Amino acid sequence: MTTQMTIPYYPGCSGKGTSKEYDLSTLGICEALGVDLVEIPDWNCCGSTPAHTVNHVLSCALSARNLALVSKMGFNEVTTPCPSCLTNLKVAEHKMHKESFRAETNALLDIPYEDDVEAKSVLQILYENVGTEAVAARVKKPLEGLRVACYYGCIMNRPPEVMDFDDPEHPMAMDHLMEALGAEVIPYPLKVECCGASYGITRRDIVSKLSGKLLEVAESLGVDAVVTACPLCQMNLDMRQSQINTDNGTNYNIPVFYFTQLMAKAFDLSYRIQGLNKLIVSPKTALARIGKVVEKPVEKVTEEAAEK
Amino acid sequence: MRIGVFVCHCGSNIAGTVDCEKVAAAAKDFPDVVYSDDTMYACSEPGQQGIIEAVKEHKLTGVVVASCSPRMHEPTFRRAVERAGLNKYMFEMANIREHVSWVGKDKELNTNKAIDLVMIAAEKLRRDKPLISKKFDINKRVLIIGGGVAGIQAALDCADGGLEVVLVEKTTSIGGKMAKLDKTFPTVDCSSCVLGPKMVDVAQNPNITLHTYSEIEEVGGYVGNFEIKVKKKATFVDWEKCTGCGLCMEKCPSKKSFDYFNEGIGTTTAINIPFPQAIPKKAKIDADFCRKFTKGKCGVCAKICPTKAIDFEMKDEIITENVGAIITATGYDLFDFKKYAEYGAGKYPDVITSMQYERLMSASGPTTGHIKRPSDGKEPKNIVFIQCVGSRDKSVNRPYCSGFCCMYTAKQAILTKDHIPDSQSYVFYMDIRSPGKSYDEFVRRGIEEYGTEYIRGRVAMVYPVGDKLIVRGADTLAGSQVEVEADLVVLAVGAESAVGAPQLAETLRISYDTYGFYMESHPKLKPVETNTAGVYLAGACQGPKDIPASVGQGSAAAAKVLALFSKDQLESDPQTALVNAARCIGCYKCVETCPFGAIKEIEDRFGNAKAEVIETICQGCGLCSVTCPQSAIQLQHFTDNQILSEVKALCPSMMEKS
Repeated sequence: MTTQMTIPYYPGCSGKGTSKEYDLSTLGICEALGVDLVEIPDWNCCGSTPAHTVNHVLSCALSARNLALVSKMGFNEVTTPCPSCLTNLKVAEHKMHKESFRAETNALLDIPYEDDVEAKSVLQILYENVGTEAVAARVKKPLEGLRVACYYGCIMNRPPEVMDFDDPEHPMAMDHLMEALGAEVIPYPLKVECCGASYGITRRDIVSKLSGKLLEVAESLGVDAVVTACPLCQMNLDMRQSQINTDNGTNYNIPVFYFTQLMAKAFDLSYRIQGLNKLIVSPKTALARIGKVVEKPVEKVTEEAAEK
Repeated sequence: MRIGVFVCHCGSNIAGTVDCEKVAAAAKDFPDVVYSDDTMYACSEPGQQGIIEAVKEHKLTGVVVASCSPRMHEPTFRRAVERAGLNKYMFEMANIREHVSWVGKDKELNTNKAIDLVMIAAEKLRRDKPLISKKFDINKRVLIIGGGVAGIQAALDCADGGLEVVLVEKTTSIGGKMAKLDKTFPTVDCSSCVLGPKMVDVAQNPNITLHTYSEIEEVGGYVGNFEIKVKKKATFVDWEKCTGCGLCMEKCPSKKSFDYFNEGIGTTTAINIPFPQAIPKKAKIDADFCRKFTKGKCGVCAKICPTKAIDFEMKDEIITENVGAIITATGYDLFDFKKYAEYGAGKYPDVITSMQYERLMSASGPTTGHIKRPSDGKEPKNIVFIQCVGSRDKSVNRPYCSGFCCMYTAKQAILTKDHIPDSQSYVFYMDIRSPGKSYDEFVRRGIEEYGTEYIRGRVAMVYPVGDKLIVRGADTLAGSQVEVEADLVVLAVGAESAVGAPQLAETLRISYDTYGFYMESHPKLKPVETNTAGVYLAGACQGPKDIPASVGQGSAAAAKVLALFSKDQLESDPQTALVNAARCIGCYKCVETCPFGAIKEIEDRFGNAKAEVIETICQGCGLCSVTCPQSAIQLQHFTDNQILSEVKALCPSMMEKS
């Protein structure tokens, strides 16, 4: 039924901490879809935001080491759930095409990075390699009735010449995946706007303003939940939602899922894999809406599955 | 051979870093040089007179002038040599200014290089042959491609000058972009009111033959004698019979056809006359929407037409026109605003182009001049104009300024206030560019009298909230972010070269730039000419232009044609290819290579296949010369022997080795 593939996996630091539920749900759904994620042995931090703001060579060296480890595993592709890690991996790969830069970077490394390794987001792997049909076929409990806004964050698709995936201004991959799960996707005009990112630590007012805007528009569209693909976006929108409410005098109560969590939910995987208990804003009301609508489209999905 | 060498000081331009006396002295030792001197300004009247006198006094048979670039003064000196009684091709020029004094600072090295260049010129001159130009008759008809305002002006001026004009227009009516405009800046006069009479003049002028809904298929021949194949596309209406009554438009059941004239704002019928003032006022069937073509049955128009003009069987037709000159006035097209996805262009119905807005404001437009937004037909109160959409933006490969958008946006904001007094317009701009006559005053009037709010900064994104569009951008003067709640967003789309412009350029054998705009012969001194003799440019096909500039260039191109046609015969340039029939093996590689179709296949009197150059078509590019396996075809004045003699003069040792 599903594609069997093996691909090196780079969880990123947040995957082992703040976005544990993203990591767990990613591993869970990939296994369910026949995608074997093999964690890179001895991977290191990508440098996140600080490294590349201080030193480009050092920043690229951090990612180049990870890419070199992928090469050593005998692969030329790697996947990561985190857009920030993805950007660092892709930028490193992009910059290493310049001979002088490659030499400078490799001088810092024990294993020089010489091959081309392509980094792809988990979203891209699921959308392009697995496909929405296979995802729909795996659905056991469709999210029928759940109205979601898909929020990609500002760096998942941009800059387009580096990221090379989906439309940089109006990406649709996550929208199509959510539709495959049976959810109702409400067009969300701010899907690539910035949430304020790591300013949450140094300039909370910025995050309150930017993420506040994201929640304001989501609420005005009447969605039950926002779906994200980025640990930092998820944290700003979810963990900081009460802060945003305090700062802006608002009263939002919108759960913010990782798209992989909703996939796990629709695949009816274990609670541990769904990791819904990790969310700060309770998803209870939103999830209660599932199945409240006519069952007709559900049959259609199963029929399609049966045909295959 | 008796050669005279003249070394020019060009004031201090050359003499500042070249020892001209030493160059002149060195030249005395070159083979065949019998006279050599230096002169302050060789191009001046006394300078030229000095050359003429020296030719006579020393019985010179060839002249070398060492001075500036031949692009500057070769024609000047050729005329001087001719006045002295020599053939004008017995002249060579050594460029010791642009190639020496202006680029090097070391006087000794410069002087040595100048001596070398003079030596090269003298060696070539020793192998030069007198060449004689041929004369040929001119066909005094002119083809004008494009019926926009530039082409119309050129056509009327040529016709007034007594020339027969063939005007070819791609769409069914002349008028171009100007016919779509509501009002024009900076006078706010009605566009179709000033253009309309000119369009009628074109229709009524007996000297003008109009081919609309036609395209240039093929261009053969050369200056004075072009042969043009024009494709008259099938309109499915016999225009001899059509009276333009418009009855068919009333009855046509296919009312959802794309309205090209109204830029897709509103719809039209499958059979239509694009706008009431159309010239010629004839109907055409849009086969993409006509039920007879899409579904195979209908034919309502054929039944209703009082003159039985409908002909569903009509085919494209090719006609031939013979002309002596061509004016290209193909205009421009507008940037595809969908490339700015962040503005929601093409996604949100109330984000429209500036041209669509013109049609919304125009009394002849789909809303009869009432500004109603496309989504719900409501009258917008807050209108945001975004400038530089497809201008000055490298990321969309449009780094150039389209020039007129600042002005038309100012105009549109002013007109908006006139239409809707309680409206507020906002303009996001980078810089206001208004350098025309009365232009800046016009922009100021918009700001001061009409309260147009100008915000200096780019827009980051446009997104809908409810029935409003939120325009978020930077205010770089205030150093802050701004958000404007808009009812309608108008994108000031820039100009780009007309669709098919590069292909037409290839057909016409003229050059075009990276963006498809046609290249003028000289950016300052020959703005109307192209590098192909007899082909001239008018209007925005050469680069974005507003109406006054387009009209001006239309008239200028007409003047060029009238000047060309003031002679009855033209002289051909004898620097053409020539076939040495004894060596030609008739392989015709040259025929395949020649980009101008200047070589024909002939048989000599023994029936052997030979190539022959048509001198009046040959442009002297030399491609055939390098292609010919037998070295049988040689470019006169640039033969292998002449060029190799130059190389040998410069590096004799290397020539000996090889």
